[in-house]
Amino acid sequence: MKIGSGRTKAYRIASILILIVLALLFLFPLYWIVTGSFKSAQDIYAAEPKLFPTEWVTTNFEKLFAKRSAPLWELHVPFAQDANGDPLVFSTGPIVPGAIRWLVNTVFMSVMAMILTCITAAMAGYALAKKRFVGRTLLFSLIVCAMALPKQVILIPLIKEMAALNLVNSLWAVIFPTVGWPFGVFLMKQFCEGIPGEILEAARVDGANEAKTFITIVLPMVKPGIGALAIFTFINSWNDYFMQLVMLSSNSNFTISLGIATLQAETTVDMGLLMAGAALAAIPIIIVFLIFQKYFTKGITMGAVKG
Amino acid sequence: MAKQPQTTMSRALVRRETISGYLFLLPSLIFFLGFVIIPMVICIFNSFTNANMHPGDVQFVGLKNFIDLWQDVTFLKALKNTFLIVIVSVPTVCAFSLWVASAIYKLKGPVLSAFRCIFYLPVVTGSVAVTVVWKWMYDNYNGIFNQILKGVGADTINWLGDSRFAIWCIILILFTTSVGQPIVLYVSALGNVDQSLVEAAQVDGANHFQVFWRVKWAQMMPTTLYILVITTINSFQCFALIQLLTQGGSDTNTVMFYIYWTAFKLTEQAGHFGYANAMGVVLAIFIGLLSAVQFRLAKEK
Repeated sequence: MKIGSGRTKAYRIASILILIVLALLFLFPLYWIVTGSFKSAQDIYAAEPKLFPTEWVTTNFEKLFAKRSAPLWELHVPFAQDANGDPLVFSTGPIVPGAIRWLVNTVFMSVMAMILTCITAAMAGYALAKKRFVGRTLLFSLIVCAMALPKQVILIPLIKEMAALNLVNSLWAVIFPTVGWPFGVFLMKQFCEGIPGEILEAARVDGANEAKTFITIVLPMVKPGIGALAIFTFINSWNDYFMQLVMLSSNSNFTISLGIATLQAETTVDMGLLMAGAALAAIPIIIVFLIFQKYFTKGITMGAVKG
Repeated sequence: MAKQPQTTMSRALVRRETISGYLFLLPSLIFFLGFVIIPMVICIFNSFTNANMHPGDVQFVGLKNFIDLWQDVTFLKALKNTFLIVIVSVPTVCAFSLWVASAIYKLKGPVLSAFRCIFYLPVVTGSVAVTVVWKWMYDNYNGIFNQILKGVGADTINWLGDSRFAIWCIILILFTTSVGQPIVLYVSALGNVDQSLVEAAQVDGANHFQVFWRVKWAQMMPTTLYILVITTINSFQCFALIQLLTQGGSDTNTVMFYIYWTAFKLTEQAGHFGYANAMGVVLAIFIGLLSAVQFRLAKEK
């Protein structure tokens, strides 16, 4: 093979240069958020764009954390009501700035959605891949079709349902539909297909019951799949602005995305404050992504196989 | 062949498998049926009613909502904008991500993952943070685009307020948040292309482009199809950008935003749930049809 012919080499170099320029353009909004959050008002409203803050200031973050408005954490007991018919809520911790509370809410929501999705999807994926039961094909077609459905279509009935279940304006109203979304089941089915039937058969012959087989044999074998699904669900749930917007209405129940969106609607001019908020929303999730990106890539590609 | 064991399985075993299968499915089914399927059925049902804020007087109105939709100028405009977004963004996202993927997939491991990460970052950053910073960049006075225009002596542009530009501004942001996943998929698909076929074609004297189109492109068809479908669905669902940037103004209304607006915001007649549900059904039908067409086209090739 001739690799070094002049034209291909020139093409290679040109394409790498274009790639680098594109990469810088894709990074720019993030760079603009981070530097913007540390810029003084003079820099932000200067006539010419300041690519670099002339002076690094923390006033934007101080403003973001200025008002202490909510207890650190509130646990909404799902489906429950107190004596007045209001949702049952336990709150705890010191009164903290709204933005901190939003962050706590977002972490709780994403972690809860992640755990519930992983457990339910691993079990269901195993059943769909390895059990030959009546109605299996029908159920699987239903799952594939539902995956193509835009989430927003079911929005209005979903809100009414949440009201009927006493879940309205609680984080559960965002968590439960995320868990119900069938992508996870589909992904785990793909991973479980790879488990050899003989191993399961051998376990049965050895007298292991279903639960034991699942926990000691299936789960360890699909660990990479669960890792992929976990990180995928965590990031998607963190960023699912639409669901959060329609389900959560009181400021102390906001997620970080929703909080920033509200700030934006209230203060259209204070860009520094908004960038501080955007940085607070984006940086934690980007760090999580960078740590687990190998799993993430695997999840994306596995979800597409035979898609 | 695969069916063979099933027919010889004893009835007791079939029953055991069915019971244990459903027990494993149960937790997932509760959520899937409760929060996806049931709302979907209610949505379809409500689209034939005049459901609104007052649950008392829901009446069956037949196809009235759907007929009204075709006479609703705002809806038709929103439909046109939605299709414009889909028609522009789907091919550009596909072509761009294919080009990027083929330029990076042979690079060394760490460089490859660095590029892949960078193109994925706008997705991870989250729609709200991304939108907030773009809104600043598009700003009339303090935005970097107008500052650059001013710097080179050109007239500034009212990016989000001018209906000639607003929708293209939104498509640009949507583009940056859409290419991440297709690039990951194409990189993996290119890595899986059967090298023996590539070499056979080269031996037969095929040039670079022939190898690409006849061998690699053909083998990546399932990936392309998947990318087409997810990008189409994503583009149809474009919501946060519009809600945060223009509130549907400057001729940027989309069906998704109009559903939200009709159900929650339309001031005089707020809570037209039946009507909003009908829009949702129409949107779902369009997405279903488009996915089916894409499947058909891909299969024919």
